[in-house]
Amino acid sequence: MIQIIIANSSDTPIYQQLFDQISAQIIKGDLIGDHGLPPIRTVAKELRVSIITVKKAWEELEREGLIYTVVGRGCFIVPLSEEELLAKKRRLASAKIEKDISYYKNMGLTFQEFITLSKELYGSDDA
Amino acid sequence: MELLKVQELNKSYPSFHLEDVSFSLEKGYIMGFIGMNGAGKTTTLKSILNMVHADSGYIEIMGKEFKSHELELKQDIGVMLGDMDFYVKKRVKTLTEVVKRFYTHWDDTIYATYCDRFNIDEEKRLCELSTGMRTKYALTLALSHQARLFILDEPTSGLDPAARDELLEIFQQLVEDGQKSVLFSTHITSDLEKYADFITYIHEGKIITSTTKDEFIDSYAIIKGTLPQLTDELKELMISYKKNDFGFSGLMKTNDHSHDIESDYTSERPTLEDIMIYYAKRGRTHA
Repeated sequence: MIQIIIANSSDTPIYQQLFDQISAQIIKGDLIGDHGLPPIRTVAKELRVSIITVKKAWEELEREGLIYTVVGRGCFIVPLSEEELLAKKRRLASAKIEKDISYYKNMGLTFQEFITLSKELYGSDDA
Repeated sequence: MELLKVQELNKSYPSFHLEDVSFSLEKGYIMGFIGMNGAGKTTTLKSILNMVHADSGYIEIMGKEFKSHELELKQDIGVMLGDMDFYVKKRVKTLTEVVKRFYTHWDDTIYATYCDRFNIDEEKRLCELSTGMRTKYALTLALSHQARLFILDEPTSGLDPAARDELLEIFQQLVEDGQKSVLFSTHITSDLEKYADFITYIHEGKIITSTTKDEFIDSYAIIKGTLPQLTDELKELMISYKKNDFGFSGLMKTNDHSHDIESDYTSERPTLEDIMIYYAKRGRTHA
C-alpha cells in the first residue's frame, strides 16, 4: 500500500513531495515490481490536490524509470533488480546531496566538517 | 476533447468592454475563473450561455456551436448564476418541481443525496433560507440533472469554510471519471491554490492568461529589495510595485532575463492573490 502525506504549507512543491515519497518507497522495496499505482484522478481527489500536479509527479517517476504506463490500464512499478535499485538509490541521493553541497561550500564548511556533522546527524546505525 | 471553447468574445457596454475573450476547457478538469470585481467574470459566463448577447464571438460546447444547439446543449450544462431571487415566497419543493421538468435527465436520487448532504429543508420557503443555504440549493439544482459541464458563478461565496471544502470535494468527485468539467468563477483564490487544474485570469475585460495553475504561478515572481535598488529599469519590468519606508516589493513576469534579477534581489513565488493585487494596482497607476 502506498503511503502519502502531503504538507500544504511546505516549501517543497506538492508534485515533488509525491515524487520523493513514492520513489523512496520503491527504492526501499516497500512497493514491488508490477504493483499498480492508483488512478491519477483518484489520487488527486483523495489527496485534494490538482490532477495536473499528480500527473507531473507520475511523469517524473516515469522519467526516472521507476514506473511505466500501460495505455488504458494505468501505471505500474517497474520491476528492478537489486543492482538497479542500488544504482537508482545512489542517483537520487547524490542529486539531493549535490544541491546541498553548494550551500555548504558557500558558507565555507570543509569536507571534514561536513563528514563529522553527517556522522553525528545520521545516528549510529551505519557508523 | 474540449468541452468548452470560447473564441474572441466581445461585448461593449458604455463603461466596460469584454475584449477578445478566448479560452478553452478540456473534459475532466476543474478551471478557476479569477478576476477582481467588475473584471468581466459574470459577463463572460453569461455571454457563454447566451444570456448576455455578445457583439461577436464563437462558443462551442461539446463540439457543437452553442447558439444553434442551445436548448439541446443546456440539458448537459449545470448552471448557477448569482443569487436565486425569484419566487422567494415559494417552498423549495415547489420550485424543484418546476425546475426538474426542464431537464430530461433529471435524477431524483442525486437530488435527494445533495439535499441531504447540504441539509436542505424542502419545506422551507426560499426567503426563509440563509444566503449560504440558497447557494447550496442553487448548486443542488445544477448538480441534479447529470450535466457534463458545470458553469458556476461564485459558487463558494457566502459559504462557510466547511461548506466550501465540501463543495470543492464534490467538484473533484465530479471530474474523477474524466468526462465532466467544472468552470467556476471566484475571487476567493485560496480555494483554487490547491486543486484547480487550470486558471483563467481576466482583468479589465481581457484575458491575461489561461493555463495550468502551476504554469500560471510560475510565470510570475515577487521581487523585494531596498529603495536604492529600485531603479527605473526595474520599475519598467515590473507589473506594479509597492514602496514602504524600508524597501519595495513588486510583481514581474519571469522570463530569460529574470533569473539574473531574481538572484540580485529577494525573490518569492507569488500566490494567486498576490498576482491579482499587483495587477489591480497597475490598473490604478497606469490609468
